[in-house]
Amino acid sequence: MIPLIEREIVDKKGWISGDEMIDILAISQSFPGAVAVNSAIFIGKKVGGYPGAFLALLGVIIPSFSIIIVIAKIFSYFSTSGVTKAALAGISSTVIALLIMAAIRVAKTGIRDKISPLITLLALILLLFTGLHPIYVIILGITTGLLIYLLRNIGKKTR
Amino acid sequence: MIYLNLIFTFFKIGLFSFGGGYGMIPLIEREIISNGWLTCQEFVNIISISEMTPGPIAINIATFVGYRIKGIPGGIIATTGVVLPSLILILAISHFLTKYGSHRILKGTIYWIRPVVLALIIQAAAFVAMNTFFKECFDMKILLETGFINYLLETLNPYTIVITIASLAALLLTRVHPIFVILSGGLAGVILYYTGIF
Repeated sequence: MIPLIEREIVDKKGWISGDEMIDILAISQSFPGAVAVNSAIFIGKKVGGYPGAFLALLGVIIPSFSIIIVIAKIFSYFSTSGVTKAALAGISSTVIALLIMAAIRVAKTGIRDKISPLITLLALILLLFTGLHPIYVIILGITTGLLIYLLRNIGKKTR
Repeated sequence: MIYLNLIFTFFKIGLFSFGGGYGMIPLIEREIISNGWLTCQEFVNIISISEMTPGPIAINIATFVGYRIKGIPGGIIATTGVVLPSLILILAISHFLTKYGSHRILKGTIYWIRPVVLALIIQAAAFVAMNTFFKECFDMKILLETGFINYLLETLNPYTIVITIASLAALLLTRVHPIFVILSGGLAGVILYYTGIF
C-alpha cells in the first residue's frame, strides 16, 4: 500500500515532497494503528488542515468498510453450509502460513541485537502461559524500550 | 450499552496495536472472548476473510467484528473506535514532529516494541493454527479430561496441517502472490469436501 500512497501523493498530485513523505511514513509506522490510516491523517492535515485530515481518513476507510459489509452480508447466508466450512478451513490453513511469513519478516528486519530475542521469548511466555492481557505485555514492552533507549543515550552523553 | 462497550473496546485495541494489523489479533481475540461476542471459529473466519480483502487488516477486522455483533451500526462504531486513537494522536503531534525532528526518542523506543510485536504475531499464528487444525474450538480443559491422544484422534484435522505446510513451502520457495496461495487453499478445501475427506 505504501508505494501506492507515494505514487499518488508525491508523484501525481505533488502535495508533499519526497523527503517529507519519508518522514511521514516513518512516524506513521511508529504510531499505534494501521500505517495507511496514520499516513492518510498526516497527509490530510498537511494538505488541508483539520477538515483535510478528517476527509483523508474517511477516504481510506470507506472502501474497506463497504467491501467488508457486503462480504459479511453474503457470508452470513453461506457460513453454515458444509462446503463453505471446508473452503474456509482450507483458507485459514493458508492464513497460518501467511502469519508465519509475517513473523519471519518482522524477525529479519526488527531483531538485530542480542536483547531483542530475549524480549520476544519473555513476551511469548507471558502471552501463552500466564493469561496476562496482551495490553499489559505491550505496555511492559514500551517501558522496557524507553528504559533501554534512555540508558544507552545517557551513557553516550557522559562519555 | 453495547455501543459504548464496542467503541471503548475498539479504541483500546486501536491504541495498543503496533506494527500493523497482525499484532492486534491477540488483543481482539482476548476482548471478544471475554465479552462472549463471537466464537473462536467465527473469529478465525473473520481473520481469513480480512486477509483476502484489500485495505488495512485493522479496518477490515474491526468492521467485520462490529458488523457481526450489531449490524451496520456496530460496524461503523467498531471502525470509528479503532481509528480514533490514530486521529487523536497524529493530529496532536503532527505539528511538532516534522518541525523539530523530535521523533528520535519515539523511534528509539519503537525499535524495542518490535520484539513484542513479533511475539504477538506468533501468538496470532498459534491461535489460528489451534482453531484450524482442530475441528472445534481448541479447549485445554477438554484436552486434559479426554487425554492427549484421544483428543488428537477425535478432533485433529490432519489435512489442514498439510495445506499449511504446502502454503509455507510455496511462499518461502517461490515468488507466488499470497492471494493465489489463499485461493488454492480454499479450492483444496472444496475438493476435499466433495471427495468426502473433510
